[in-house]
Amino acid sequence: MTVHTATEPGLYLSAKALDALLPMHIWLDAEGRVLRVGPTMSKLAEGETWIGKHFFSLAEIRRPTRIEDVRALHAVSGHRLGLRLSAMPDLQLRGQALSLPDLSGIVIDISFGVSFADAVEQRGLTLSDFSPCDQTVELLYLREAISAVAHESRNLTDRLIASEHAAQTRALTDALTGLANRRALDDLLFKLLHEPAAPFTLIHMDLDFFKQINDELGHAAGDAVLVRVAQVLRDEVREADVAARVGGDEFVIVLRNCDDPMFVERIAERLIDRLEEPIEIGNESCRISASVGSTRSSSYQRPDADQMLRDADLALYASKRAGRGRHSFFSSEMNSGAK
Amino acid sequence: MNGLINRALQGFLMETYGTSVWEAVRRDAQLGFDDFEAMLRYETGITAQVAKAAAKRLDKSPAALLEDVGTFLIAHQKHERLRRLLRFGGNDFREFLFSLEDLPGRARMALPGLDVPEFILAQKSATRFELTVVWRDSQLAPVILGAVRAMADEYGALVLLELVEGDGPDAVMALDLLDNEFAEARSFELGEAAL
Repeated sequence: MTVHTATEPGLYLSAKALDALLPMHIWLDAEGRVLRVGPTMSKLAEGETWIGKHFFSLAEIRRPTRIEDVRALHAVSGHRLGLRLSAMPDLQLRGQALSLPDLSGIVIDISFGVSFADAVEQRGLTLSDFSPCDQTVELLYLREAISAVAHESRNLTDRLIASEHAAQTRALTDALTGLANRRALDDLLFKLLHEPAAPFTLIHMDLDFFKQINDELGHAAGDAVLVRVAQVLRDEVREADVAARVGGDEFVIVLRNCDDPMFVERIAERLIDRLEEPIEIGNESCRISASVGSTRSSSYQRPDADQMLRDADLALYASKRAGRGRHSFFSSEMNSGAK
Repeated sequence: MNGLINRALQGFLMETYGTSVWEAVRRDAQLGFDDFEAMLRYETGITAQVAKAAAKRLDKSPAALLEDVGTFLIAHQKHERLRRLLRFGGNDFREFLFSLEDLPGRARMALPGLDVPEFILAQKSATRFELTVVWRDSQLAPVILGAVRAMADEYGALVLLELVEGDGPDAVMALDLLDNEFAEARSFELGEAAL
């Protein structure tokens, strides 16, 4: 092959040298039939013989305009071409055609453009299929490297979110019992009172005879009792309700969407019954009970968290005074009694 | 990049010796957090500190341990992405060696600002090379040594590799490429990446 004009120095290249320099070339004769195909280009042909075939039956040139004959191809010699091969019709390729002296033929060099990843995958190309000067391998590398970095970043973000979530849960959970803590209760009451919500009932519960267990059997036994109490609370309230441990042996239960005194009474009685069942700790059988007081948000014109907690507490003390192991509703007379 | 190495050190200890050994090493080294993150940058010296604690507990030399970490970094399935990226360096181990000088530039194309070691390769004879590793933490040279050795395995090349005394502060390793095609290379297809 010779490429020169009368005034420029010429260059002779063997076909082998051409293969090495432009492994994706197609060399056409004067009529547009394929004379030679570069080694990487023949991989794209996948066993099909292109030699002797008419170029325009193998490829479709779409840019700069649709080109369907050799004369038109000579006319765009040196321009950037957009083309597709019928062997790989889904890949958008780019190329450049160069007319040989005296229009004796045309050499077309082709590159994958942005279709490189699909092409490499579909034809199983390797590093040695690319000229050392071709940046396609660099693009493949970059594509994988960026994907690896993105993958790691996503994992890191997921782990950070999970650990933040865990920390948040820890901050709102009583470590011993796993119930909500005081902070979680305050958050919940704030939400129930400041966002439109159905009326709810607040129950304040204090264990009876718990101090004796702590004093006589030790703190470990006391802790075991508290864990057991928490289990009873979880069993007896509904899914949407919240039980919180707010002091050593003090608990608050929020019954959401609950304005029915009969229902509250039933829950309170069942809680007390179950808490009075003997608890086995080591060889000891412990017995506790609970005094319970409750108040309903619907009984206030402007329900307020502190007010409701105070009133539930007053009702609880009414239960204690009346002999423990029972439940009382708050009533306004308790206020005057407290003073 | 020391996050990646620290994470590999943790992973190596957990996979090889169990979580309890890692927990103990973490305590001995007074790490103050639970896990290393590959994407984060840690202060220089922390890797050596953890390696020292681990080496003491496992009755090994820190250098031997770090070398194992380097091998783990390439050979373990969980680092498949890294292995693939390094295989882009060349068709065989010799080409890979020559590509090491391009490695920092390549790595920074994907992640600008990444602290990657710089490599300088000098060919001393037909089969003997000297590889200088320029890195802010020269104590980590054994990790590179282990990784290069694992890459030789990866390509099926037979090499002798050791750290030698260099003239300057940088780590220097001597490499004898006894057989570039000693065994079959592990499979690598350009287009098989799981993205």
